[in-house]
Amino acid sequence: MSEENEEEDLTRRRLLKLAERQKIKLPRGKVIIIKDRCKGCGFCIEFCPQGVLVQSEEFNALGYHPPKLVEEPPFKVCINCSFCTSICPEFAIFSIPLEEEEEKEYG
Amino acid sequence: MSRAKVVEQHLFDKYLRVDRLPHIWCPGCGIGILLSCFIKAIDTLQLDLDKLVVVSGIGCAGRIAGYIKVDSFHTLHGRAIPFAVGLKLANPSLNVVVISGDGDIFSIGGNHFIHAARRNNDIMVICVNNFIYGMTGGQYGPTTPYQARTSTSPYGNVEHAFNLPHVAASCGAVYVARWTVLHTRRLTESIIEALQKKGFRFIEVLSPCPTVYGRRNNMPRGLDMMKFFMKNCEIRNFEDTKNIAIEPGEKIIIGKFVDIEKKAFEDAYYELIRSVRGY
Amino acid sequence: MARPPVLTGIHFMSGNIAVAEGSIAAGCRFYAGYPITPSSEVFERFAERMPEVGGICIQMEDEMGSIAAVLGASWAGLKAMTATSGPGFSLMQEHVSYAVMTETPCVIVNVQRGSPATGLPTLPGQGDVMQAKWGAHGSYEIIALSPNSPQECFDMAIRAFNLSEQYRVPAIILMDECIGHMYEKVVIPPKDQIKIVNRKKPEKGKPYLPYKADDDLIPPMAAAGDGFKFHITGLTHDERGYPDLSAEAHEKIIKRICDKIRLNTHKIVDYETFRMEDAEIIVISFGAASRSAFKAVELAREDGIKAGLLRLKTIWPFPCDYIGKLAEKVKAFVVAEVNYGQLVHEVERCAHGKADVILSAVMGGRIHRPEEILDKIMEAVK
Repeated sequence: MSEENEEEDLTRRRLLKLAERQKIKLPRGKVIIIKDRCKGCGFCIEFCPQGVLVQSEEFNALGYHPPKLVEEPPFKVCINCSFCTSICPEFAIFSIPLEEEEEKEYG
Repeated sequence: MSRAKVVEQHLFDKYLRVDRLPHIWCPGCGIGILLSCFIKAIDTLQLDLDKLVVVSGIGCAGRIAGYIKVDSFHTLHGRAIPFAVGLKLANPSLNVVVISGDGDIFSIGGNHFIHAARRNNDIMVICVNNFIYGMTGGQYGPTTPYQARTSTSPYGNVEHAFNLPHVAASCGAVYVARWTVLHTRRLTESIIEALQKKGFRFIEVLSPCPTVYGRRNNMPRGLDMMKFFMKNCEIRNFEDTKNIAIEPGEKIIIGKFVDIEKKAFEDAYYELIRSVRGY
Repeated sequence: MARPPVLTGIHFMSGNIAVAEGSIAAGCRFYAGYPITPSSEVFERFAERMPEVGGICIQMEDEMGSIAAVLGASWAGLKAMTATSGPGFSLMQEHVSYAVMTETPCVIVNVQRGSPATGLPTLPGQGDVMQAKWGAHGSYEIIALSPNSPQECFDMAIRAFNLSEQYRVPAIILMDECIGHMYEKVVIPPKDQIKIVNRKKPEKGKPYLPYKADDDLIPPMAAAGDGFKFHITGLTHDERGYPDLSAEAHEKIIKRICDKIRLNTHKIVDYETFRMEDAEIIVISFGAASRSAFKAVELAREDGIKAGLLRLKTIWPFPCDYIGKLAEKVKAFVVAEVNYGQLVHEVERCAHGKADVILSAVMGGRIHRPEEILDKIMEAVK
C-alpha cells in the first residue's frame, strides 16, 4: 500500500472506531453487478470511496474484466454511498441497502 | 450476450430502451454517466414520462435520444433546438429537453442556440462537451482547447475554445451551469433544479472522450480524463461567466452561474393570443 | 374582434394571402418562417391570423430553423407550414430529406422568383421545378402543386395539407411572384363544405410500432405527448423506429416511402385541359406562364392550328404515363416555362421520342407574351 493509501486507510479506521464508540450505525450496502454490461472503464473501481471494488480476472461476454466486491469487514465495506450507481456509464452496477439479516451474514 | 435481450436488471432499466443495450459509447466515455444522471433526476422528480420529450442532434451525445424510453427525436445536425422550439410551442404541456454535443449545438447549431436563448424559449439544453467531434473520428471543434491535437489540428489547435456558459448567459438564458460527469451528485441536482424552472436553461457537461480526443492528448483512458477533472476542477458558484473559459494549464471552473427568473417566450405569446381573442 | 378560421365569403385577395387563408381553413395552426421576398406576405398574414384562431406564428432565425420548427410542431400533432422562395427553399432541403425519411407531414410554400442566386427577388421565375423534386439528397418522392390564380392558391393549400396528411410526405406549393402578388376574386366556401383529411393516428393502449405500415404503405402517426414513447430518427430505421444501418433495412424503407407515392400517382396527379380533344400540338405549362399559354392556344386556333393546352396543377409526381399516351397522338409538345428548361426534360423523358418536344423559355423576371409561345407552336407545326 502506498503512503497516501496507508494514511487514508488509517483515517478511515479511526473514523469507524469513533463511530463504533459513539454507537453510530454505519449504513451497509450490497452491490449488484450486471457483469455482461461492463466495458471495463474502471470508474467504479477507482472512485469507490471505500475501495471495495477491484477488477476481477474473469472475462465477460464483451471481453472485459468486470469489477467484483472485495470487502474486509468491519471497516472496508460497502456503505451504500451509491457513487458506483452514478458513475457507471453502462448501467452495469448499482448499490442497494443491505438487509439486516444479510448484514449479520456479511459481518 | 445477445444484444436483443430484454431483461430489466438495473434500477434505471425502466427508463431505458433495454432492448438496445449495450449502448454504442466507448469504454470510458462519459455520455452514459450523463444519461444516468438525467434518469436519476427525472426519477427523483417523478416526472410525467408521457410528457417528457428528448430531442437530440447528430453526434455521440446525440445518440442519447435513442436509449431513453420517452418520446424522443434524433434530428439533423445542429437542428435539435429549433425542432424542440416547434414541439414546445405546438404543445406547451410537453417538457422538452435537448441533449446534444458541443459541435452540434455550438458550431452548426450556434445560430439556433443564441436565438432560442434570446427569446427565452421554454426548453432545457444539456450540452455534452467532450471537446471534440467524436462520432466523425476526432476533428477539432469550437470547444477544443488551445494547442490540443486532433485529426484536423495535427500540429496543435490554434483556436481558443468557446466559453459556452458565457455564450448562454450573454444571450439571456435563465439557468446556466457547468459540471463534469465526475461530479455526478451536483450534476444530478443541477438537472433537477433546471427541470423545475421555466425559460431557456443550459447545462454544459464536460466528459471524457478517450478514443479520439484523450488518446491524442496524453489521456488515453477515460479514467485519465476523470482524474484530470478531479485534479483541475474548481467549484465557483455564481462566478462571472466571462472568467470561466477553459484554457490549458488553468483551473476548470465549474458550478451554477446563472439562476434568474424571466418570462418565457411561450407565456408572452399565449398572453398575446388571449388579448387578441379578447379574454 | 378575432375573425374565424374560415373567412367564408367573396374576397379580393392576393395569391400569398389566399394561400395563407387556405392553409388556415385546412386546419394549419403553426407557422414558423423567415422573411424572403416575394413570400413575406404569407408570413405577415399568418402573424395577423394565428393569434385570432389560437395558433402559433413565430419568426425563426433562419430558414433551417423555420423548417425544423415546422417539423417539430408536426410531431407535436399540429398541421404546420412555412413559406419561402428559391434561396430559402435551397436552405431547407436537408429538412425536406428528413421529413421524407421520417414521414413527417408538412407544407412548404415556395413563391419562386428570378434565380439562381439572389437573382430577381421581386420578379417571377419558375426555376425550382427540379429543386422541388431533386433538391434534397437521396431517392425520394414528393408532392408539388402549382396554382395559377389566387383562387387556386386557396384551394390548393387545402389540397396540399390533405395530401401531406394522407401520404405523410412534405407537400410543396410551387407558386411564383406573379401569382403570389396578383389580386383576384377568391371565393371561400362555408366551413362544412371544405373537405379535410387528417393523418392516421394509432389506437391508444395498443402496442405501437411507428414505422409499421398498413396495407396502404402508410403507418399511423402518433404525436409526442400521447404516451406512446416512440423514437424517431433520420437514420435508416426498422419498424420500431430504431436505427438499423443495414442495406436490407434501407431497401425496405426507401421502396416503401417511394412506392406510397408512385403507386398512387394517378390519385395525386391533377391537371386542366383546354381544347385538347383534337389537338396536334399541345402546349404544356403551369403557374403564371400558363396564363399566357391559354391566350397563345386561342391565337393558334384562330390561325387554324389544332393547338391545345395541358395545364399542370401538380408538377410532382409528374404525370408521366399520361404524357406518354398523349405523345402517341400528337405531333409535338411546346413546354412554356419561366426558366431555361426544367419541366421540358420530364416531358422529353415521358414522350419517349414519340413526339417532338420544343421549349418556350423565358429565363425569369417576366412571364411569356402569348406571341412568344405562339411562335414556338408555329415552329412545331413545321
